[in-house]
Amino acid sequence: MDMTQAIILTIITAATPLLLAAIGELVVERSGVLNLGVEGMMIMGAVAAFAIAQLTGSAGLGAIGGLVSGMLFSLLFGFLTLTLVANQVATGLALTILGLGLSGMIGESFIGLPGLKLAAIEIPLLSDIPFIGRVLFSQDPIFYTSIIAVFGVSWFLFKSRAGLRLRAIGDNHSSAHALGINVVRTRYLAVMFGGACAGLAGAHLSIVYTPQWVENMTAGRGWIALALVVFASWRPGRALIGAYLFGAVSIGQLFAQSRGIGIPSQLLSALPYLATIAVLVIISLNRRMTLINTPASLGKSFVPER
Amino acid sequence: MKKTLFLLAAATALAGIAAPANAQGMDKVKACFIYVGPVGDFGWSYQHDQGRLYVEEKLGDKLETAYLESVPEGADSERALERFARSGCNIIFTTSFGYMDATNKVAKDFPDIKFEHATGYKREHPNVATYDSKFFQGRYVIGQIAAKMSKTGSAGYIASFPIPEVVQGINSFMLGAQSVNPEFKLKVVWVNTWFDPGKEADAAKVLLDGGVDILTQHTDSTAPMQVAAERGAYAFGQASEMIAFGPNTQLTSIIDEWGPYYMERITAVLEGTWEQQATWAGMAEGHVVMAPYTNMPDDVKAMAEETEAKITSGEFHPFTGPIKKQDGSEWLAEGQVAEDGELAGLNFYVAGIDDQLPQ
Repeated sequence: MDMTQAIILTIITAATPLLLAAIGELVVERSGVLNLGVEGMMIMGAVAAFAIAQLTGSAGLGAIGGLVSGMLFSLLFGFLTLTLVANQVATGLALTILGLGLSGMIGESFIGLPGLKLAAIEIPLLSDIPFIGRVLFSQDPIFYTSIIAVFGVSWFLFKSRAGLRLRAIGDNHSSAHALGINVVRTRYLAVMFGGACAGLAGAHLSIVYTPQWVENMTAGRGWIALALVVFASWRPGRALIGAYLFGAVSIGQLFAQSRGIGIPSQLLSALPYLATIAVLVIISLNRRMTLINTPASLGKSFVPER
Repeated sequence: MKKTLFLLAAATALAGIAAPANAQGMDKVKACFIYVGPVGDFGWSYQHDQGRLYVEEKLGDKLETAYLESVPEGADSERALERFARSGCNIIFTTSFGYMDATNKVAKDFPDIKFEHATGYKREHPNVATYDSKFFQGRYVIGQIAAKMSKTGSAGYIASFPIPEVVQGINSFMLGAQSVNPEFKLKVVWVNTWFDPGKEADAAKVLLDGGVDILTQHTDSTAPMQVAAERGAYAFGQASEMIAFGPNTQLTSIIDEWGPYYMERITAVLEGTWEQQATWAGMAEGHVVMAPYTNMPDDVKAMAEETEAKITSGEFHPFTGPIKKQDGSEWLAEGQVAEDGELAGLNFYVAGIDDQLPQ
């Protein structure tokens, strides 16, 4: 394996959890719901995946457990904001704080245990392609899921009838409601999808990225995923580009340091964030395009008129 | 659980039960700790908490403790400190370099409370003491081991922030390595965080991809150890025993033992004998302990043990001249030993390190 391959592999590992969490949140926001609890759902996914992998001896079951626990945790958010119509921003923040605390409590007995790593799956034939095969087709299942999710969500949002309904709700929930679309049910499903993605992203951290459990191991990745959704202007393809750009700059700066390139490391560490800000500025220069993509009902509570 | 502990502490204070500290000694002391990472980081904060538990066990009923974990350095730490100060703590340990200014600021407003700041150098008020350990002593030993064990003649160093404590470590590691192999290469990567398992793992991968075959870290998670284990490289544990994450990978680990110091200082508050001081203890006092030397041939182990013994007895100091600075100018003349004061503010590399120190 040459160095370029090795570095691309490291970038992929760094980008996968960001991409998954961002894709999930993208669908949630497209339905008009702002869930700031991504970090909390991610960490719940991480602890559940690690615990289940330890208890069952199967990292695969751990991954599924992470996905399910992220989804269950998101239901709490759904219940509070969709059924009880609580403020979405406050509830999302509460979800993050709760997730960080609760995961620490659940994971207390798993600290210091070496974890199980989710095995890579080599795709027959494709993995034999020189260079690309090793990099793209000999990966862990969560990476494949993240790529499939991008194309799946893209198709769903822009090519399917259900996706059109979801976007309609996100743009104007009152009109959608008047047309007979079940706003609350659709939003519940979107929130659960977001939770599942965040949970799986967390699972990636604790059973692929760094197979171990430590408190607070998401270290702010949920927030980066949230920023990526805006960065992507709510389009799945751009979320993919954003996640990999962020991953590439993060790894690239570490690589530059290891090569002894004489740029101050504080500046290098800030690069991924600077790059994100730069792209955001460029995107928002075209205000009309930004407005077209932004779900108009984002973050607004919906109370059906009776 | 931990948060409950803190709330309880706050409630106690509100009820007016907490008594101010006095110089005549007291029946019961309340010691509070502020950690920069989660206690479950299995590294730095974990070891401080082990110290807290150690004293709790020894003093039993005479001691009540409380702690806050994952407190960010800077403004947040000031608020956390004030809350602690108002909740009846008699002595507060602030366990990260970045709490330095906050500690001194809050100490001014609460002259009856003793403040102990780890790894810092500012003692602006009589109720502020500082303490630190000479981790660089251990770094010299592992530098020697690295030079013996590396097939490529190079090691990767995952560094957190360019503060004196970290710079001492890098220099000492390099001096140890050069004592075995003068041509030794050291690659340094600054991750600008104390704790981010993912980023630490990324740095580890990048360093190994770049051709080093031994890793050492000055960050707090076990992730680099795990990456090294996966790649079949060697690594050194940091702050705590990390052998579980690399049974065939960990060569040794520099373990921070805070228990004895915490015991001494908390007892001093109990007895009313607490005084401001700056503690900088190392192997001799049992503050810096080396984990068992594993995964290495007997001659390397013997060398490491000998160096450890010499440092412990005071026969040898890692910063003994002749040592040149990175720019080639002379720092220490033949036989000259660096003074503690100078080391405490160390902000340059020694010769041979192929990295630009961030300023």
